[in-house]
Amino acid sequence: MSLLNREGVKFIPCRMFLLSILLILLSVLSIMFSLTSGSVDIGLAQIVEILLGEEKGMQARVILELRLPRVMSGFLVGGMLAIAGALMQVLLKNPLAEPYVLGVSGGASVCALLAMMAGIAGAWLNIAAFAGAFLSILLVFGLAGLGGTWNPLRVLLTGIVVASGWGAMVSFILAISPVTQVHGMLFWLMGDLEYAHNLKFGLAVLVTGFIIAMIIARALNLMARGDMQAAALGVSVHHLRYLVYFLASILTATAVMQAGNIGFIGLIVPHLVRLLLGSDHRILLPVCLFLGGSLLVIADTLARSIVAPQQLPVGVLTAMIGVPLFLFLLQSTMVKNRP
Amino acid sequence: MSLLATRGLSTSIGGKSICTNFDFELMEGEFWGVLGGNGIGKTTLLNTLAGLRLAGSGEIFVEGKALLHWKRKHLAQKVGMLFQDSVDTYPTTVMETAMIGRYPYLPFLKGEGKQDTDIVMQALNDVTMTEMAHRQVDTLSGGERRRVALATLLVQNPIVWLLDEPTNHLDLHHQITLVNLIIEKVKLNHGALIMVLHDVNLLMRFCTHAMLMIDHDNILCGPVEEVLSDENLVRLYKHPVKKIQFDGGSFFFPE
Repeated sequence: MSLLNREGVKFIPCRMFLLSILLILLSVLSIMFSLTSGSVDIGLAQIVEILLGEEKGMQARVILELRLPRVMSGFLVGGMLAIAGALMQVLLKNPLAEPYVLGVSGGASVCALLAMMAGIAGAWLNIAAFAGAFLSILLVFGLAGLGGTWNPLRVLLTGIVVASGWGAMVSFILAISPVTQVHGMLFWLMGDLEYAHNLKFGLAVLVTGFIIAMIIARALNLMARGDMQAAALGVSVHHLRYLVYFLASILTATAVMQAGNIGFIGLIVPHLVRLLLGSDHRILLPVCLFLGGSLLVIADTLARSIVAPQQLPVGVLTAMIGVPLFLFLLQSTMVKNRP
Repeated sequence: MSLLATRGLSTSIGGKSICTNFDFELMEGEFWGVLGGNGIGKTTLLNTLAGLRLAGSGEIFVEGKALLHWKRKHLAQKVGMLFQDSVDTYPTTVMETAMIGRYPYLPFLKGEGKQDTDIVMQALNDVTMTEMAHRQVDTLSGGERRRVALATLLVQNPIVWLLDEPTNHLDLHHQITLVNLIIEKVKLNHGALIMVLHDVNLLMRFCTHAMLMIDHDNILCGPVEEVLSDENLVRLYKHPVKKIQFDGGSFFFPE
């Protein structure tokens, strides 16, 4: 779908309306699905009552204190990762780029695991992760010479090497940690929405980040055609690069802080949307937000209900849903485009 | 009027000097053709003139105002560039690609309107790509992509047109018609043009002036009839070239 129709009149209002309805419907359905799933059986009607504040009691506490924060956290993290992925892919002009590619999650992991080793838990763990992520952001920024001459490949390579450095440190920490702590560490590394603190902070970052991203959306469309082309058409590419780099990094850092490493959302959702709706960032970014959020909420629900009472790492589920969906779409568009 | 000028321009790339102390002036109504061997720095010079890479030293002026003092968006309304290659990493349609040429004219946060789409459709019509307006760019041939890139530049509609090998990938018919089309547009805008070419005879057909980049210290500039001689071309390409008279005109032929 394009913003322009065959006669060239812009914004097909009916299509945009339909798309918005679909996205909201998908989000509501995924959230409802998640709220109704769990060991305590709570019906849809009851949930609506609880959400409206008309019912108190044990079931209301299950919904409001356990399930709802987790669902909201999942939605925020999914949205942040998908937008960060879309931004990284434009910044690095590389379809394989994803939020973690520049080592943001590695830095967060190392600091979070060190904090766990030191016996820190709760909100301070998240803060440690955020600090680690920020350290990595600055490290890559400095090492890749982002302040001087820009070369996407150099940035990518620096990021990948820094990330593998963090990876080695993670393995080292796991190897020397007491067995009692390793399970929790592994779960953190694989991504876990149980540590859902700082919801307000997450929401603030996502909303601010999304607004900024939408403001620069048209410039991003030009940036996707090459930095030189964008500059020749009047985009201040230097400034835009810094903005996109830090925007994507902070979204990723916040997501990692809330949920650890959750793979595939940031890589696959932007491509999924491009295949379905094209590459106009004014459409791509909002759809990424809702689709990424919904996908992670669904994946998390399945992760905690498939083999209940045991929990699977949510990253496993995002891959199990995302990979076949993506491959199917890739195949079908290839058939459509090359008759 | 002087549209683009350099004063004492020196620039280099990867340690290789491209030009030293280069003075140049592009006046309204002039059509310049740039010739030079591979790797001599034609593209680098063009990018520098467009303000896309920083000059080592010296100054560049656009309409008499120093390049660095221009706002990017305003500069993009004056100076347009056709690149050798276009980047299509992500799927986009022909129409969307041409539409980016409107960027310098659209106010902050304002979407494209009917007027913009009309301009884009006109440009696509000019390069005979109307029927492919909704095709994905990555399904087009090399020549068709070139025409889309040209349409984007037509939409941008600058005063100074910098073209890096505009005839690349184009068939004989489109080489002639599209360059003619550009020249028409440049005249309409009271603008000027600089294009990098590898075909001396195309240059003679379309250009009023020629720039021969022999090395960084020797860049010969001047009217075509003064600069283009078999002697200079031999110096330029280090390859024997013969001048042939035919049908009332002269042509250059490599031996």
